[in-house]
Amino acid sequence: MLHTKNIRFHYDTKNAFIIPDVNLARGENLLVLGHSGSGKTTFLNILGGLLEPHGGDLRLGNTELYKLKGAELDKFRGKNIGMIFQKPHILAPLTVKENLQLANYLSGAKPYDMDEILSDLNILDKKNSKISQLSEGEAQRVSIARALVNHPKLILADEPTASLDDANAERVIQLLKKQAEKLNSILIVVTHDQRVKNHFTNQMTVGKQ
Amino acid sequence: MNIFKLSWKYLIFKPLNTTLNILLLALGLSVITVLFLMQNQFESKMTRGAEGVDLVVGAKGSPLQLVLSSVYHIDFPTGNIPLKDARGLTRNRLVKSAIPMGMGDNYQGFRIVGTNHDYLELYNAGLSEGEYWTKPFEVVLGAEVAKKLNLSLGSEFAGSHGIATASHDHDEHDYVVVGILKESGNVLDNLVLTSLESVWFSHAEEHDHVAMGAPVVTSGLPETDEEGVEITTLLIQYRNPMAAVQLPRFINSRTSMQAASPAFELNRLFELLGVGVTLVQGLAIAIIIIAGLSIFIALYNSMKERKYDLAVMRTLGASRGQLFFHIVLEGVILTFISACVGVLLGHFFVQILVSLNEQGAIAGISAWTFIEEELYIWAYAIGVGIVASLIPAWNAYRTDIATQLTK
Repeated sequence: MLHTKNIRFHYDTKNAFIIPDVNLARGENLLVLGHSGSGKTTFLNILGGLLEPHGGDLRLGNTELYKLKGAELDKFRGKNIGMIFQKPHILAPLTVKENLQLANYLSGAKPYDMDEILSDLNILDKKNSKISQLSEGEAQRVSIARALVNHPKLILADEPTASLDDANAERVIQLLKKQAEKLNSILIVVTHDQRVKNHFTNQMTVGKQ
Repeated sequence: MNIFKLSWKYLIFKPLNTTLNILLLALGLSVITVLFLMQNQFESKMTRGAEGVDLVVGAKGSPLQLVLSSVYHIDFPTGNIPLKDARGLTRNRLVKSAIPMGMGDNYQGFRIVGTNHDYLELYNAGLSEGEYWTKPFEVVLGAEVAKKLNLSLGSEFAGSHGIATASHDHDEHDYVVVGILKESGNVLDNLVLTSLESVWFSHAEEHDHVAMGAPVVTSGLPETDEEGVEITTLLIQYRNPMAAVQLPRFINSRTSMQAASPAFELNRLFELLGVGVTLVQGLAIAIIIIAGLSIFIALYNSMKERKYDLAVMRTLGASRGQLFFHIVLEGVILTFISACVGVLLGHFFVQILVSLNEQGAIAGISAWTFIEEELYIWAYAIGVGIVASLIPAWNAYRTDIATQLTK
């Protein structure tokens, strides 16, 4: 499903990132480890279609990601890739429901049942809440719900547990794994959080040359 | 969910900011609306009022005052002219018709004008009830007078001396209402019309009861040779274009009277007002520019806070174009609402102005007629919205997602 080959990227020529090839089938997951500055997030941005690499191939399904240009790439990303960040970054002027609707509208994907996702994440009762009324854990779950609402083929999580306490961190990881399994999606988590390590068997490390 | 709703949500997320910007722009636009309405209606009203009057002849003084007092009934008359001189002028071969008017009294602030039936014909006035006056002390009321003072056929009242209210009453003889005019939208609405004789009799020291029962002259000037009988003005129509050149010069240089051309004086008036209008217009434009700047600053500053939001929208599938549109739309929605508020406010201001000035120059201007020029207000407003949001929208367009999200 997801295949990368010889992806190269550098901010300056002396410090090129080593990015191992990745081949994942539907439903598989991967933990990417590395120290800060090792290029984990850069790798994730490349996978998410946010940052064009200097070379190499990246294929998701039958699509060469970086052959798409402009709005095409944006729509493809919106429909097929769900991204979760260290901070929830939910749009504060909108309610929980509207955040999810926006993800649906902007990507042009067909609307799926958002109540099911919300109830799976145990935030159905927050559906019409304002963002300012959510706790940190709830906010992170909303951002997960938003990443999943279009049933993406690929779920990318960048330090999803970094700002959460142990209980919430544990819960978020479980939820991510469970949802990825349910949607039969690829889950890639990037972290340096040791609490996450034990939950994934498939691991890899990135670093610099 | 769509881009319009998204922009709207961001606007109402900062209600104070948004309201302030709307009010600021609406204020500027409302002034423009008032100017549009006033210019449109005031000028056409003034020009219409002077139709059919080529020249006004009265006592010497300010020509503008003469025109304002005798054509529009807003200023004080310059004085009186002897009937004898006036009659001499009506016999001039350059004069096609002349309508005499005697002023000086009022009832509850509404001017009593002594004239003949030609004056009514000049404005194509029609009666809504009753008939025209035929005897002294019979009066015909303008529609507005009848309505405001609650007078009907057969009502009697005494005039007071002076053009405005609150001076001594002529209580010797009451006027009787014999007719009420249809609403015409011109000066007649606010006048009490009667014969010249009525005005003379009410000012005479001794009462000639025989003459007071006789019919009055309904066209032309009354034939009286009494010394000291005066009228206030004559409204003259030229016989030919030649008269426009010769008659005013003749009157001004050879007689003790003064001739003033309404068309010329109106132009002068509009020119004088023009300075004020330009000033107010400039002020309004300054307010609009400041409002535009304020909207720009608000959007520009919010871009800094929203960079992350915009980057997140991109990860959710928004294209650069959509974000650009999202920000421009925010500016345009804001200014569109401002235009709606501004136009309403403008009409409301005119309403207040008119109601404060019921018998003045702008009486009869209707506050709630909408004119085509007002569409420009929306055009201006939307223009301001687009201009103010272009740079912020460009910033949104350029937002680099990867760098923004890694920050």
